[in-house]
Amino acid sequence: MTTQARPRLAVFKFASCDGCQLTLLDCEDELLPLAGEVDIAYFLEASSAVEPGPYDLALVDGSITTAEDAERIRHIRAESRHLVSIGACATAGGVQALRNFADVAEFRDIVYARPEYIETLATSTPIAAHVPVDLELQGCPIDRGQLLEVITAFLAGRKPDIPRHSVCFACKRRGTPCVTVAHGTPCLGPVTHAGCGALCPSYGRGCYGCFGPSGSVNMPAMIPLLRSDGLSDQDVLRLLHTFNVAAFAELETTEEAPHRWARPEGERS
Amino acid sequence: MPSATTTRDPAPPACVLDRQGLDALVQALRARGRTVIGPTHRGGAIVLEELRSAAELPYGWGVELDGGHYRVVRREDEAAFAHSAGPQSWKNYLLPERVRQWTADRAPDGELTVRQERHPPASYAFLGVRPCDLRAIAIQDRVLLGGWHRDDAYQARRNGAFLIAVECTEPGATCFCVSMGTGPAAGPGYDIALTEVLDETGHRFLARAGTAEGAEVLAGLPQRDADAATRTAAAEAVESAAGRMGRSMPPVDLHTLMASSLEAERWDEVASRCLTCGNCTMACPTCFCTTTEDITDLTGDHAERWSRWESCYDLDFSHLPGGPVRQSGRSRYRQWLTHKLGTWWDQFGSSGCVGCGRCIVWCPVAIDITEEAHALHQEQLARRAAGEGTP
Ligand code: SF4
Ligand code: SF4
Ligand code: SF4
Repeated sequence: MTTQARPRLAVFKFASCDGCQLTLLDCEDELLPLAGEVDIAYFLEASSAVEPGPYDLALVDGSITTAEDAERIRHIRAESRHLVSIGACATAGGVQALRNFADVAEFRDIVYARPEYIETLATSTPIAAHVPVDLELQGCPIDRGQLLEVITAFLAGRKPDIPRHSVCFACKRRGTPCVTVAHGTPCLGPVTHAGCGALCPSYGRGCYGCFGPSGSVNMPAMIPLLRSDGLSDQDVLRLLHTFNVAAFAELETTEEAPHRWARPEGERS
Repeated sequence: MPSATTTRDPAPPACVLDRQGLDALVQALRARGRTVIGPTHRGGAIVLEELRSAAELPYGWGVELDGGHYRVVRREDEAAFAHSAGPQSWKNYLLPERVRQWTADRAPDGELTVRQERHPPASYAFLGVRPCDLRAIAIQDRVLLGGWHRDDAYQARRNGAFLIAVECTEPGATCFCVSMGTGPAAGPGYDIALTEVLDETGHRFLARAGTAEGAEVLAGLPQRDADAATRTAAAEAVESAAGRMGRSMPPVDLHTLMASSLEAERWDEVASRCLTCGNCTMACPTCFCTTTEDITDLTGDHAERWSRWESCYDLDFSHLPGGPVRQSGRSRYRQWLTHKLGTWWDQFGSSGCVGCGRCIVWCPVAIDITEEAHALHQEQLARRAAGEGTP
């Protein structure tokens, strides 16, 4: 590795709160060694000195909400050997994808004092809806350990170990008595992608689904469980429709779902 | 499978310990350098933790169990072991969820050094091993030590574990050890076995040793000889427990039932309810599957291999070139049930289920292994009745 040119890392942002790319800056102990192993060529949060592509590894946070963004992500893809979308916005459209299920013009008029200055698409869509993505790292925000795993795996040329199983796996491994079974607390753990280490149940709270759907979701079985734990249909919708609204909504396609969404225009099939 | 501790002596006479005697037992084991693990009431559950004294046992607490339901409830008496099927099992200690296997380092001159992990010698005493869990430990011994590839780290932990069984006198609504032939009386494998007795004559524990070390430990405790009344009360309490099992298996050869049910319609029905969340396998005291996890650091000069708990409910558990073999929830649930009750016999010569009921309690949607076995049995009977001679 030392005799070759260091791999070039780039970090790009689309519609997001920036939390996921800040996770990289949050890797305090690893940041210096990382800077020794990769050439950080593009990372506006860290430095305004940017270098042109091509890049070996591009980390992309944020969703696509404007026509310019849809164009920009195509350029980034063309410039990047490996593209990893990071966070709920980039992998599922984020909380801003609530607009996919409402009238965006109405939202705009309520939120902005001068709505006529705002030019936006009707939907907020994940990066993978626009360009091929090598890996989607879920989470709102992503987990620091998982981000480092992606980067170290990339550097070693191995497959990153990002299990697609449920939060319950981590919850049991951690030894937390299940909050649903032992206390009747509604919990999205059984349908949520592991990655957080089952943090909320370890504090006696149900999982909020920050990491989006796991690789194996049975939503028709999940919804009656949430109801039997005391949630109204409205509560169920609220719980599912936060950071990963579009990703969960895509799985609510049965009779059991409290509400059936119309598939928005331009959504990936 | 030979006992991992010392050889068995001819049964020494039973004795009776009172609550002080039980506390002396904990202190004696601690004085021998053992970490005593046992049940305690914390956070709305009876969990396994290190006990510093017998006072930390859940005196006066019981559990209310059902499919997907667990509540700790106050009892009218002061029983210490009137609970069953907690969220963990002894596997959490004997087969920890994540264990480092080796590390590798590359020196600046390029030389590689690989070091096998040296596990510090564990010296546990497990207090309150239920008869079903005693059998579960024997089953994991067979799996992890009885084949070509022995797990030396497991062996070390197992050798260092002193087992104090407590017979069941208060089975839960999800228990079915009688069907599986594992309880409620303690089978072989314990160092000491206790039976809790609580009546007008007082709160006491009938104790007997199963190994020389068990006898030695018992001999050092304040005790009295076992009187006839205590022996009778203990025997009756265990016998009565056998008649109060909350669940049962169909009275058929489960191995044959599984082998002949591979295309049953019931799999579709149960798959429609199963979340594939993996809770049942993680809670099960015999489920032993692990996967390996390779870690490298940023420099690439340091690597580690870990093993961690894995489950047949994980989509990627059966990942082969081309993708997962068991894609559907149906195929994963079927894999689990038919392995537990059927192919485990072919592989290890016993059932993989001991009837502890944990998978029923800790399944968020209350999927019940006994109900599924009954349903498969009924479906088979119906099929036979409908078309004599057709397979
Ligand atoms: S608390 Fe939630 S995440 Fe944990 S086992 Fe229960 S349902 Fe799963
Ligand atoms: S399959 Fe269920 S009842 Fe049987 S040993 Fe495992 S957890 Fe206990
Ligand atoms: S049987 Fe229950 S605990 Fe097991 S994977 Fe299915 S839903 Fe989860």
